[in-house]
Amino acid sequence: MASQNTTALEISGLEKAFDKPAVRGLDLNIAGGEFYALLGPNGAGKTTTLRMVAGLLKPDAGEISVFGSDVLKDPIAARQKVAWVSDEPMIYDRLTPMEYLEFVSGLWGIDREIAEKRSMELVDWLGLQEQANQRCGGFSKGMRQKVALAGALVHEPQLIILDEPLTGLDAGSARQVKDVLLSKVSQGTTVIMTTHILEVAERMAERIGVIVQGKLVAEGTFEQLQELTGKGKKTLEEVFLDLVEQDDAANAELAA
Amino acid sequence: MSGLVTPQPRFGLRWFANHEARLIWRDFASLVTGGKPGRMAVVGLIIVCFIAGMHVFAAYLLGPVVAEGLVAGKSLYLTISAALLMLFSLMFSQAIESVTRAYYTRSDLDLILSSPAPSHRLFEVRTVVLAFQTVMLSAFIAAPVINTLAWLDGAHWFAAYGVLAALGVIATSLSILLTLGLFRWVGMAKTRLTAQIMAAVVGAGFVIALQLIGIMFGQGTSRLSLLLSPETLAAAPKEASGLWMFAKAALGGVWEWIALVAASVLTLVLVARFSARRFAQDALAAAGVSEHSGKAQEFKGFRVSGSVRAGLRRKEWALLRRDPWLLSQSLQQILYLVPPAVMLWFSYGEGGMFYVVVPVVVMATGQLAGGLAWITISGEDAHELITTAPVPPRTILWAKVEAVLVVIALVVAPFALAMLFFSAQIAVTLIIGAALASGSAVVVQLWFRSQANRSLFRRRQVSSRAATLCEALVSILWAAAAGVALLNPLFAIVPALLVMIVFLVAWFIRPAREG
Ligand SMILES: Nc1ncnc2c1ncn2[C@@H]1O[C@H](COP(=O)(O)OP(=O)(O)O)[C@@H](O)[C@H]1O
Ligand SMILES: [Mg+2]
Repeated sequence: MASQNTTALEISGLEKAFDKPAVRGLDLNIAGGEFYALLGPNGAGKTTTLRMVAGLLKPDAGEISVFGSDVLKDPIAARQKVAWVSDEPMIYDRLTPMEYLEFVSGLWGIDREIAEKRSMELVDWLGLQEQANQRCGGFSKGMRQKVALAGALVHEPQLIILDEPLTGLDAGSARQVKDVLLSKVSQGTTVIMTTHILEVAERMAERIGVIVQGKLVAEGTFEQLQELTGKGKKTLEEVFLDLVEQDDAANAELAA
Repeated sequence: MSGLVTPQPRFGLRWFANHEARLIWRDFASLVTGGKPGRMAVVGLIIVCFIAGMHVFAAYLLGPVVAEGLVAGKSLYLTISAALLMLFSLMFSQAIESVTRAYYTRSDLDLILSSPAPSHRLFEVRTVVLAFQTVMLSAFIAAPVINTLAWLDGAHWFAAYGVLAALGVIATSLSILLTLGLFRWVGMAKTRLTAQIMAAVVGAGFVIALQLIGIMFGQGTSRLSLLLSPETLAAAPKEASGLWMFAKAALGGVWEWIALVAASVLTLVLVARFSARRFAQDALAAAGVSEHSGKAQEFKGFRVSGSVRAGLRRKEWALLRRDPWLLSQSLQQILYLVPPAVMLWFSYGEGGMFYVVVPVVVMATGQLAGGLAWITISGEDAHELITTAPVPPRTILWAKVEAVLVVIALVVAPFALAMLFFSAQIAVTLIIGAALASGSAVVVQLWFRSQANRSLFRRRQVSSRAATLCEALVSILWAAAAGVALLNPLFAIVPALLVMIVFLVAWFIRPAREG
């Protein structure tokens, strides 16, 4: 495991409201080399939070820094270290995976030869050899996700942020994506992913943050989360539902 | 990790320009080849033949005019200015569309904005590429005329290309400013709709003008001379006027040309600079404000009481109402009917108004019905959901057809009511004609139905030429039938018989389908 003494992501007092508040005073600290899962029900504010980290949304308040670079004050330095993989893979239908990787490398200013070598490796690694030079137009969701993931890895970011990376993938593709992420973590890369699938968080992540209605309601390893809610051995599902209920109850008290 | 200094990346703007050009080229190629790259050679050959043919045609039309001698003066300036204005409207429309597409609907905004590349520089490049694309389009259209003039009258006509480029650049700059303005005034969600409607109207203006000129030429010089009549010429600005600058530049006037090209380049540079940063900000502000999530629809409770058919119809209507893009496309189709209407008007004078309005409305309803039928039947986005529902396919198709016919009825009703003020016979003819035309168009769409995606609407004509042709023929024939039926209903038999023949052919060539 990579040294855990650097801070990969530091979020404090993050707020963002659309028509109504989506993220409400969120604090988060993620160490370098960690595999962190942001877990929460639909509409909890996971995507909104991570879009702000990726510099795609401006927060209303709060601070975000990535490996010491302030996302708001020094966005270019921060972006250089981060890869964002959206839940809707942002690839071009009329480009081939190789052409796509070439383009992404260009955006991150990677040297041509290095980029080419890495792209070939990634294509092999993700099992895209046969489709490497076919246009992405007809690709399945899983293949598109893999292309997008290759795009995120080609510039070797220190922090990879993935929004619901396994949603809609078949078991084979999901396994491949999982393996790639785990091996990246073992090489020292920090990975943050959102998920509403409890099992995914439980199996993959070292640490889990539970986010409900724009706030972090609990954080820790799976075991810690289990202890937090007490009552002996539980699946994460039960733990999670407990947490959501507790938060609802607290809100009801506030409102009353 | 900390000991490493991140190498300062260098961003080649030419590399990004290549990327943009490649995307545009592939979009274009897949449009003209119908998605089959193997056809490129054939399509290329057809395009070359087409260009050659256009040159021959231009020579045929312009030969006599040049032989009479082209004298620089008000009438020549006026003609050139009118032509340039037309091309400008085409470029403007095209530019509005490409700007909205490039800046608001490309899925790569997330990627670009989350990358360390200086996004405003990339947007500047994107703007320049867009301008180039716009210029190429108008050059393609105007080339036959310019080349022919240069060949028959003198090489100074080649200067017109520079003027076209300048106009294209200005059109692109204007549409960028327009979209930025729209973004501020009407907000993100409505920017695309408004821009697309504007593009449709401006673009239709070009086509309409083109057809009008065709009509004028077709009927001898009498109509064209309207434009060049002594009254018009007297009302036009003096020969020394600055308004003729574009025409003079196109004729090879050195100073005018330099001034124009310089001014347009300067405009582009300024607009690209100014807008790129704005776009980066706007895109950030707009990120995630999808048109879909943004607007909450009032919830009126479930209406499960109705039949499956009623439910399907409601869904089709809701989707049609909420599809701004479709709205602009349909609008365009109807606008295209204006020139034939004008032509008929000219031919019959005011007394013959009905001979104009009735066939035009019949034709328009046929076209509209065809488009709507394609959207509801072939452009079903949740095709699999619908087919797996426990409902017989026939019921589904009927519900969709009903949904279309009700919309058509709503469109035709005001016309029919208006006609009723003049004569019941005319109103009845209109209603019967519209019903037959739209019914036939729907039948054609049913026979040629396929499984596609709504977003392919504009390409449906490419994907099934046979269906498009049948649909158009049937609409035209019913329009003709309605027109002659006003004289004597018996006359309508001939076009009606022709419709039957078209149907017979369509029946035989319709694609086979299982089940
Ligand atoms: N662009 C937007 N405009 C308006 N509301 C939004 C927008 N994006 C997200 N929201 C709202 O913010 C809340 C959090 O959304 P999101 O971050 O997507 O949740 P999650 O990813 O956890 O499912 C939701 O209530 C959602 O409706
Ligand atoms: Mg989400």
